[in-house]
Amino acid sequence: MTILQVAAAGALILLGIGLYGLLALRNLIKVVIALQIMVKGVVLALVAAGSLSGQINLGQSLAVTLIVADTVVAVVGLALAVQVRRRFGSLDVRELSTLRG
Amino acid sequence: MLQVSLLIAAVFCAIQAIRAPRLLVAAIWLAGVSALVAVLLYLLGAHEVAVIELSVGAGLVTVLFVFAISLAGEETTRLPAIIPRPLAIGLVAASVLLLAWMLAPTDNPPAADDESSFTVVVWQERGADALAQIVLIFAGVLGVLGILAEERPVEKTSAEAVQPGDELPEQVGFEVESSLERERV
Repeated sequence: MTILQVAAAGALILLGIGLYGLLALRNLIKVVIALQIMVKGVVLALVAAGSLSGQINLGQSLAVTLIVADTVVAVVGLALAVQVRRRFGSLDVRELSTLRG
Repeated sequence: MLQVSLLIAAVFCAIQAIRAPRLLVAAIWLAGVSALVAVLLYLLGAHEVAVIELSVGAGLVTVLFVFAISLAGEETTRLPAIIPRPLAIGLVAASVLLLAWMLAPTDNPPAADDESSFTVVVWQERGADALAQIVLIFAGVLGVLGILAEERPVEKTSAEAVQPGDELPEQVGFEVESSLERERV
C-alpha cells in the first residue's frame, strides 16, 4: 500500500469510528472525543488530497485552519460540558432534554 | 509496512478512546491517536501540519480534556447507547462505504503542479483563513469566559451601602466587574 492509500483508509476508518461515537455515546465529554477523532480523519484526508493533486501546501493550509477551528470547538464543548455537569449533576446528553414524552 | 502498522495503531487507539469507561483514560487514548496521526502526516510530507497536530492535538487538547474532566468529575457508569448498536453500526458502515465509493476514482493522480511554499500559501494566498482563525480564537476565548463564569450572588452592599467617597473593597469591585462582564458576553 502506498502512503496515500494508507492515509485515505485511515481517514475513512477514523471518520467511521468518530461517527459511531457521535451516534451512540451519551456522555458529553465522550461526544467531544468522538468529534476530535472525526476531525483527525478529516485532517488526514485533506493532506492526502493535497498530496494527490500536487498542492500539498494548500492542503496543509486548510488543515491548519481546521485544527484551529476544531480546537476552539473542543474548548467551547468542554466548557459547556462542565457547566452542564454543574447545573444538571450529570454529563448524560439525555438529561439536557427538558421535554419529556 | 511501517505506515500500515501506524494506521492500525491509530485505529486501535481510536476504538479504545470510544470504548474506555473512564474519561481520563479515553483522553489519553485520544492523545495517542493524535500522535500517530501526526506521524502519518509527517510521512505524507506535511511536516508543518504534523508539528501543529502533535503540539495542539496531542498536547493542548489533552491538557484541556484533563482540566475539564477534573472540573466535571469522572462518570464511569456505562450508559446505554442512544440508538440501538446494530443500527448505529449499519449507519456508519453505509456512510463509510459511500465515502469509499466516492474516493475510488482517485486512483490516477493528476500531474503534480509546482507551487509556492507553505508560508506563501498560508499568509498570502490563504490570508483570509488566517484572519478567520484569529477571529475564531477570540470568539472561543469569549465563549469560554462567558460559559465558565461562575454564578456568585452579588452582595447587596456593593452599590447601596458604599458611600461615594469610600474606597471599594477589593472583592466587591471584582463582583461588579464580573457581573458587568457577564452582561457584556
